[in-house]
Amino acid sequence: MPPMLDTARCVAERQACEPRDKPGKTAHMKILIIEDDLETAAYLSKAFREAGITVDHASDGDSGYFLASENSYGVLVVDRMLPKRDGLSIISSLRAKGDDTPALILSALGQVDDRVTGLRAGGDDYLTKPYAFSELLARVEILGRRKGGRDTETVYRVGDLELDRLSHEVRRAGQPIPLQPREYRLLEYLMKNAGQVVTRTMLLEHVWDYHFDPQTNVIDVHVSRLRAKIEKDFGEPLLRTIRGAGYMMKAEG
Amino acid sequence: MGRVRALLGTTAVRLSALYLVLFAICAVALVFYVTALSDRMLREETQRSVADELRAISTVYRGAGVAGLVRVIDRRSRRPGANLYIIAAPAGDIIAGNVAAIQPGVIDAEGWTTVPFKYQRFGDANEGEHFALAQIIFLPNGMRLLVGRDIGEPEQIRGLVRQALVLALAIMFVGAVAIWYFVGRRALKRIDHLSEASKKIMAGDLSQRLPMGGSGDEFDRLSLSLNSMLDRIGKLNEGLRQVSDNIAHDLKTPLTRLRNRAEAALVGKHDESGYRKTLEEMIAESDQLIGTFNALLMISRVEAGSMVAEMSEVDLSRLACDATELYEPLAEEAGVLLTHEIAAGVKVKGNRELLAQSLSNLIDNAIKYVDGGDPATIVVKVTGGPGGVELSVSDNGPGIPESRREDVVKRFVRLDASRTKPGTGLGLSLVDAVAHLHSGWLELSATDAHNSAMPGLTATIHLPGGA
Repeated sequence: MPPMLDTARCVAERQACEPRDKPGKTAHMKILIIEDDLETAAYLSKAFREAGITVDHASDGDSGYFLASENSYGVLVVDRMLPKRDGLSIISSLRAKGDDTPALILSALGQVDDRVTGLRAGGDDYLTKPYAFSELLARVEILGRRKGGRDTETVYRVGDLELDRLSHEVRRAGQPIPLQPREYRLLEYLMKNAGQVVTRTMLLEHVWDYHFDPQTNVIDVHVSRLRAKIEKDFGEPLLRTIRGAGYMMKAEG
Repeated sequence: MGRVRALLGTTAVRLSALYLVLFAICAVALVFYVTALSDRMLREETQRSVADELRAISTVYRGAGVAGLVRVIDRRSRRPGANLYIIAAPAGDIIAGNVAAIQPGVIDAEGWTTVPFKYQRFGDANEGEHFALAQIIFLPNGMRLLVGRDIGEPEQIRGLVRQALVLALAIMFVGAVAIWYFVGRRALKRIDHLSEASKKIMAGDLSQRLPMGGSGDEFDRLSLSLNSMLDRIGKLNEGLRQVSDNIAHDLKTPLTRLRNRAEAALVGKHDESGYRKTLEEMIAESDQLIGTFNALLMISRVEAGSMVAEMSEVDLSRLACDATELYEPLAEEAGVLLTHEIAAGVKVKGNRELLAQSLSNLIDNAIKYVDGGDPATIVVKVTGGPGGVELSVSDNGPGIPESRREDVVKRFVRLDASRTKPGTGLGLSLVDAVAHLHSGWLELSATDAHNSAMPGLTATIHLPGGA
């Protein structure tokens, strides 16, 4: 079953409403898709290319492992069930060799324990089929950038918004903004991934540690509350809603 | 022939054969022991009587010399009995006594003979050989005195004992074989019944059960556990059937809708934005379908208990606080007051993800259906004690009539017949399945039974206490 085909819309929209804060921020990213369904693979390759990401494709486990070992990729997108060699074994073999290229597992198995096994095998993220392409794109972009890592930075800055990760203080234009602990974590995650699209599910996973879809869109309300706190009374809006995908904090600087 | 082979193959027969072999070894050992013991006793008896005789004879010898000795031997030789007497010249020729011939060499060594020797009595030359034990003494003048006792009688006794033991063994062996045959045949018959019944079950009649003898023996216990296994399989099967029925009923409708929409777009004439709108609607519709499908799969997996992995200690208080906090802004936006009464540090053994999702479903439902309460209020409660843990969500909305409370837990059942509110009709089914997975149950009750207009609904997940 091919994923939901809203790629054209979401990519077009992002290009339209996003004046490329950092031109070509993902232009140099090259990813490997290991997927045996050729139709899905072709569709994914096309969509990633439209988003400015170079794609290699392998259609079985052996050639996937070979390509991943021989080349350097920003991210591996690995289907869990593959001919010749299953996705988890590819990842764990790479990890055993000391290769820590971020890997995203695509799987039709989406129950709690499946995800846990996937992450234990060395996967960095897990996405259950069927998924929206916007979700996959957002996750791949964040994984690809993670290699640089912002975990060591103590202060995140976006425009005149500042988040101090040691004192847990948030200021905008020098004025302190009091936040609830959860709002703080929400903002921290958004700022850490500034310039990247962050989907609602990603927020649920990283800020609440929930891995299910709560049907009603609880996240939107939290985000709009946060937005009111950090943007009301201040000039330039920093947090944008990306239709059909999620949210994006303006790139830092 | 095949039947005999089958019989020999049964566990009962193999076990009894093993017992039989062990028993035979013990019995043979017993025979040897008893014979050796009686042998020794008889030999000692022989030696004692020979020693008594010698004592008497030597008294005569000391008083009356060789002549007296010969006289007394002569006299004693005439008495019937098992005793042997010989007086021999230094060269070995028999001078007096009751022995016609003796195994050569016996008389040449002084002291007790170590092994029985052969001899012949007078008058029974053709009757074969007798065996005896004796003590030989060399007299000071070189003459030899032999006093002994025939051991034919002890040999006979020993033979009798041996015979009796062998006979007993034979009887036991025959008995064992007989018991063996009947026990084995009975076991075989029971097993035949069992396999016949299981063949029927395999053929597809899952309502069949294995026969019970009623004696509560190992076969009955086996049947009992196999039967409860069958019950479980039956239940799972039933669940599976229900899911496929549900899929047929409740997924076909939206799929048809989706198809119709695509068809309508295809035949109608639209501008680009019209097409886009239709496509967006179709994506939303398929998302909903996928959501329903996932929820269904999840429920059946939880119900099947296959998600037993990742059971760990879960801080229920913390989980409830988090969930309340997650929904609080949404509730506020809906004009609902979401509060909590959560006891601190209540822990259970469970799956955090599933419990969190269950609680989310309950709060989500409450926010959706609370309207009518004045002011609309939802309370999330956690209480814990040694007797059990309760996790509940109460609202003061219209509630669910008592007669429908059982129904709403079933898959796809929604009270809101118009289905104006979003939802799959699977939320409570999942909560119920999760409660059962944690060995608990879901209870639906009225929050305030006295308020007939707005009784409200309290959904309580009861869980066994103690992490």
